[in-house]
Amino acid sequence: MNTRTVRPLRSTTRRALLHTALGLGASIVIRPAAGANAPTLESAIRVFASEAPVKVGRVLLDIAPLVENGNAVPVTVSVESPMTAADHVRRIAIFNELNPQRDVAVFTLGPRAGRAKVATRVRLATSQRLVAVAQLSDGTYWQHAVDVIVTLAACVES
Amino acid sequence: MARALITMPATAQKGEVVEIRTLIAHPMETGYRRGDEGSVLPRNLIRRFTCVYDGETVFSAELHPAIAANPLIAFSTVATVSGMLTFTWDGDNGFAQTERVAITVT
Amino acid sequence: MKRLAAGACGVAVVGALVWAAVDALAAQAEGVVVNAAEKAASTPAADPRRSGFDAMTAELRAMQQDDASNPGMLWVKDGEALWNRVDGAAGKSCASCHGVATTAMRGVAARYPAFDTVAARPFTLAQRIDACRVRHQQAEPLRAESDARLALEAFVAFQSRGQPIAPPGDPRLEPFRAEGERLYRQRIGQIDLACVQCHDEHAGQRLAGSTIPQAHPTGYPIYRLEWQSAGSLQRRLRGCMSGVRAEPYPYDSQELVALEIYLAKRAEGLKVETPAVRP
Repeated sequence: MNTRTVRPLRSTTRRALLHTALGLGASIVIRPAAGANAPTLESAIRVFASEAPVKVGRVLLDIAPLVENGNAVPVTVSVESPMTAADHVRRIAIFNELNPQRDVAVFTLGPRAGRAKVATRVRLATSQRLVAVAQLSDGTYWQHAVDVIVTLAACVES
Repeated sequence: MARALITMPATAQKGEVVEIRTLIAHPMETGYRRGDEGSVLPRNLIRRFTCVYDGETVFSAELHPAIAANPLIAFSTVATVSGMLTFTWDGDNGFAQTERVAITVT
Repeated sequence: MKRLAAGACGVAVVGALVWAAVDALAAQAEGVVVNAAEKAASTPAADPRRSGFDAMTAELRAMQQDDASNPGMLWVKDGEALWNRVDGAAGKSCASCHGVATTAMRGVAARYPAFDTVAARPFTLAQRIDACRVRHQQAEPLRAESDARLALEAFVAFQSRGQPIAPPGDPRLEPFRAEGERLYRQRIGQIDLACVQCHDEHAGQRLAGSTIPQAHPTGYPIYRLEWQSAGSLQRRLRGCMSGVRAEPYPYDSQELVALEIYLAKRAEGLKVETPAVRP
């Protein structure tokens, strides 16, 4: 997508709120995305995890904190897991905060994956938060969130 | 037929975790962009990717517009038996592509 | 992959010749490329020219260097298929005459643009490929920026990857190189900028969020993230022209060919990176 607006990061209050919320074991509190009825990052994660609490940890969302061009941003998600039949990662989902849609991808793994690690390239319309959520075979959900700054190319072709 | 590039080892030991990298040429048009005349470029996405090996879907992905054009999907699988891995991409406008790569497992 | 040109004496001499004129026009002390003449002459090892590769983030450099994830490789692979495909009334493929590209095309792209005796003018690599199609395969020329043309160009240029850019010393190219240099220095567009101002005088500094590259065409056709596709040097030049609000020269125009010839000479010695990835 080629949205050219660059939003200032209002990170301090949001992050303080986030730390407090997570400290209490509550779910993520993120300000709603643009548009009155646009689904929030939180609601998208809620759809994925249904009733289960989403804990922080075990997941590593590896993405550059500063990106020169948002058109193809490399992303790797890895989850600590033995990937055995008894204990493995079932699904890994990636969500974004400020693109037109929250969903990025959902990967379905299983014990035959051998390793809980997926990589792809994503589009980021603007500076925003990305979240990776993993569903484990024991029914628990884990997540990792990263804020990414996107600087856009200067001379844009018509 | 879109150009696809699959990188994975040709041989592996039984039980070894094999890394697979796939690339396919596809615009992944989001449906949010406008063309030069101002009209919206219609959505045209790959929606789903699967890898079938040794009789089972060992990996699959559901893709959305936030996945970059010419999508890269990298994952791993455990080498079980010699045979073919079948990769399929399905998407809008009847897009359907299959690639097969052989692996020898010792 | 080695990116920087070696500081060999030969490069230093060429550098001095090429940059003498540029140096004379230098206004900014900050322009790295502008002072290349002095630097090159005094310390041959200090070639200040840099490929755009060096200014990229680690992630993008990794993307370029990994053939398994470099999107430009999709065009290279496509080009390989086209190389082997029969096309045109003569019933030939590129391979029918040239054989295996890895040997036949090795180093070829590094020596383009080159003068074509039959057409009595210089050709870019893409134009040469088209000329081959028309003359020897009796096939249609390929549309500029079409995937097929980009793929063949990428595949042929890929065979020069790692080789230094080596413009031919053909004297017939000189008037075109001079014309390219004139165009490079000419202010154009509503924004009234010349290439030299950004890419020589302010290279390494920032324009909005991006670092201004020295603009050496080391990896064309490139996979440009901005385009979400591969594209030619001419597309990039036209994009810059639009950027300064000038009417871009048409594809395959004399002006763009002249600029390509000048830029190749200016980049002489830097290594071919095709298919490069750029933001």
